[in-house]
Amino acid sequence: MKKLIETEHISFSYEEETGLPLVLEDVSLTIGEGEFVAVLGHNGSGKSTFAKHCNAVLLPRTGTVTVDGMNTKDEDKLFEIRQCAGMVFQNPDNQIVATVVEEDVAFAPENLGVEPAEIRRRVDEALKAVGMYEYRESAPHQLSGGQKQRVAIAGIIAMQPRCILLDEPTAMLDPRGRREVMKVLRQLNREKGITVVLITHYMEEAAECDRVIVMDDGRVLMDDTPRRVFSHVTELRQVGLDVPQTTELMTILKEAGLPVQADIIDEQECVAALEALLTR
Amino acid sequence: MSIIKTEHLTHIYSQGTPYERAALRDFNIEIEEGEFAGIIGHTGSGKSTFIQHLNGLLPPTEGKVYIDGEDLWADKKDLRRFRFKVGLVFQYPEYQLFGETVAADVAFGPTNMGLPPEEVEKRVRESLRFVGLSEDMMEKSPFELSGGQKRRVAIAGVLAMDPKVLILDEPTAGLDPRGRDTILGEIREYHEERKNTVLLVSHSMEDIAQYAKKVLVIAEGRPAMYDTVESIFGRVEELTAMGLAVPQISRVFAGLRAAGCPVPENIYTVEGAAAAILTAVKGGAAR
Amino acid sequence: MIRDITIGQYFPGQSAIHRMDPRTKIILSILYIVMLFVADNMWGLLLGVLFGFAAYLISRIPVSMIWKSMRPVVPIVIFTAVLNLFLSTGDPLWQWKFLKITKEGIETAVFMSVRILCLIAGTSLLTYTTSPIALTDGIERLLSPLKKIKLPVHELAMMMTIALRFIPTLIEETDKIMSAQKARGADLESGGVMQRAKALLPILIPLFVSAFRRADELALAMECRCYHGGEGRTRMKQMHLSGRDVVSGVITAAVFAGVILLNKYVNFLPTIW
Repeated sequence: MKKLIETEHISFSYEEETGLPLVLEDVSLTIGEGEFVAVLGHNGSGKSTFAKHCNAVLLPRTGTVTVDGMNTKDEDKLFEIRQCAGMVFQNPDNQIVATVVEEDVAFAPENLGVEPAEIRRRVDEALKAVGMYEYRESAPHQLSGGQKQRVAIAGIIAMQPRCILLDEPTAMLDPRGRREVMKVLRQLNREKGITVVLITHYMEEAAECDRVIVMDDGRVLMDDTPRRVFSHVTELRQVGLDVPQTTELMTILKEAGLPVQADIIDEQECVAALEALLTR
Repeated sequence: MSIIKTEHLTHIYSQGTPYERAALRDFNIEIEEGEFAGIIGHTGSGKSTFIQHLNGLLPPTEGKVYIDGEDLWADKKDLRRFRFKVGLVFQYPEYQLFGETVAADVAFGPTNMGLPPEEVEKRVRESLRFVGLSEDMMEKSPFELSGGQKRRVAIAGVLAMDPKVLILDEPTAGLDPRGRDTILGEIREYHEERKNTVLLVSHSMEDIAQYAKKVLVIAEGRPAMYDTVESIFGRVEELTAMGLAVPQISRVFAGLRAAGCPVPENIYTVEGAAAAILTAVKGGAAR
Repeated sequence: MIRDITIGQYFPGQSAIHRMDPRTKIILSILYIVMLFVADNMWGLLLGVLFGFAAYLISRIPVSMIWKSMRPVVPIVIFTAVLNLFLSTGDPLWQWKFLKITKEGIETAVFMSVRILCLIAGTSLLTYTTSPIALTDGIERLLSPLKKIKLPVHELAMMMTIALRFIPTLIEETDKIMSAQKARGADLESGGVMQRAKALLPILIPLFVSAFRRADELALAMECRCYHGGEGRTRMKQMHLSGRDVVSGVITAAVFAGVILLNKYVNFLPTIW
């Protein structure tokens, strides 16, 4: 797999002078092209700070971040980097600039100086990709949270990025909005090959990803498939995280001495395992 | 006697305009004193409208609301009294903080009640203790605190009114799992100590299953179900048909029942599920 | 209550007026206002009123919206009308102590009221039929020659767009904060001026804090979308003057000429009676 984002031993602190406390401490991670990665961690674990390093919003104190071969410290490449790795934020209201959906989606390509006809084409395509084409002439404040967040995603897609970084995009949404956003992200990943880095608090969302990175105190604690990460029930609990209920149940059963696998994250799988156990 | 009672409660927004929309329709419910009830329903089901009727923020278009046996709208001038009886914590309550210090902000409610300064002071301390904030926080500016702490200060601001009914609209929205467990744990503790009535609006079925004793399901502006957690989450098919989720573990057990496994219907927590499976397996082994 | 503000409310549509170039619409609206003040007899003013009304009919904006746009200024109109009515000089038709009503007074009162109401209705038609963003774009492009004298035209237009975008959000937020403070027993309805002003603090402080937080987040989001001012920026929607704009310009000019002619030559007709 081709490397898209690579961080090498990066450290960061928001305190300019003292350089302490460290919010990121010696983080080395590689995100490959086309991956669907979840980043978990409690508030203040450094996960948002990490994401902000991936598109040059923040620059590391020490270490280097490379996005598609470009060093984020290279000021001449700033817009190329941000175009390559677009970012979606938590509050959908505070990232929509324009008063009409399609105008908002056009914002980034306009900033990049793209030709008008090409902007039109990209806007339509991006809105279709997130299923918001019918709402292209609506005002953002008339949309639901999930719809606004999809517009925000379309606004990034219109830059034709290789990667989307999402900083808790579902935290303020209701369950329906959350499902909509997850569905769109999966589609973009599968159909357009866009790399997704999803920061989230919801374990069920992380369970749907290909890879889960767990951060704690500015360090990478775990980095593996969701199945293997969630099997560490106790460690996750210790760093203030949850596991899916299915995993929790199977872990309890395993500890009680029943012959089951604990690394089950999926409902169907859990039903099958329990059925096998009960009809044994 | 029930602490909350509504009779034919109807609320229509923008009545007489093209935007007219009925949010509540002939809503009848009785909630007993001392209950800890979860409220679930879609966005737009009427949940928010319903809770804003319980302290008189919204006037009913039709019908009556009784709190502690008294008609809320019997005397409009007397309405404010009910605001102190029914404490309402809105979504993202930290965005309403304004006080210079944490203590000043929490004191806003009790001061509005016209309580003497010593009593206000006492209540501020007590309510901050309930939400787990130490005394040295009291003189800090609420804007210096972390997100989770701000939220707790805001909740303390309502607890300080010592309401008979405490309503929380998604108190854990946007928090991480630890912040969520802390806040819900504090609310449960408060409920157990004060024996007051708590209504918890949440989208998280897992949270409702773990903390509430009863569940009120609101759909299309009406109370669709009101019963114990056990029996509500046993009705997986009905809830799913309404587009509502049930705790993941309830879905797993519904799946097992559909596959013909004789497992109980009233499973809604992981602990309950583990116990049920262990019993079933041991029972099977004994056979 | 605060949701009822209509200034800046856009009604999407496909009428000829909707599809006009915003620049034309802005210029013609200004021309219309000038026309209202140029008209100095009843016939000229009537022509202006009819022209405005015809424009509403063409735009297919519900006629009730005319009244809705005027409603907020009614107190001002009544106030100026009363002032004009009683304070004009001329032959008194009726007098009580120092108050007198004159023929000229009635005339000025009626003229001023009609002018103000038409002015509001006319500019509202502009905002009803032009999306705020098109409007801002139009203003930006009309003012772009001023860039040469270092006027930050793009920045001003961007600020306007963002302000328009966040007005509904902040209104909603104000509603929410008010409800929340009321839920804690805030009394916003009684007391004297000082007391009421003080009671507003619990609403204004959170509102400001939240506005600044939003501004911060929005600035970051804009940077992430490669915003770097007006330089090198293209626009998706290009503005083209079409036949429609030329025709509407000609019609407005003709009406304007009509008003001037009526001013000049129809003076012998009764002005108001």
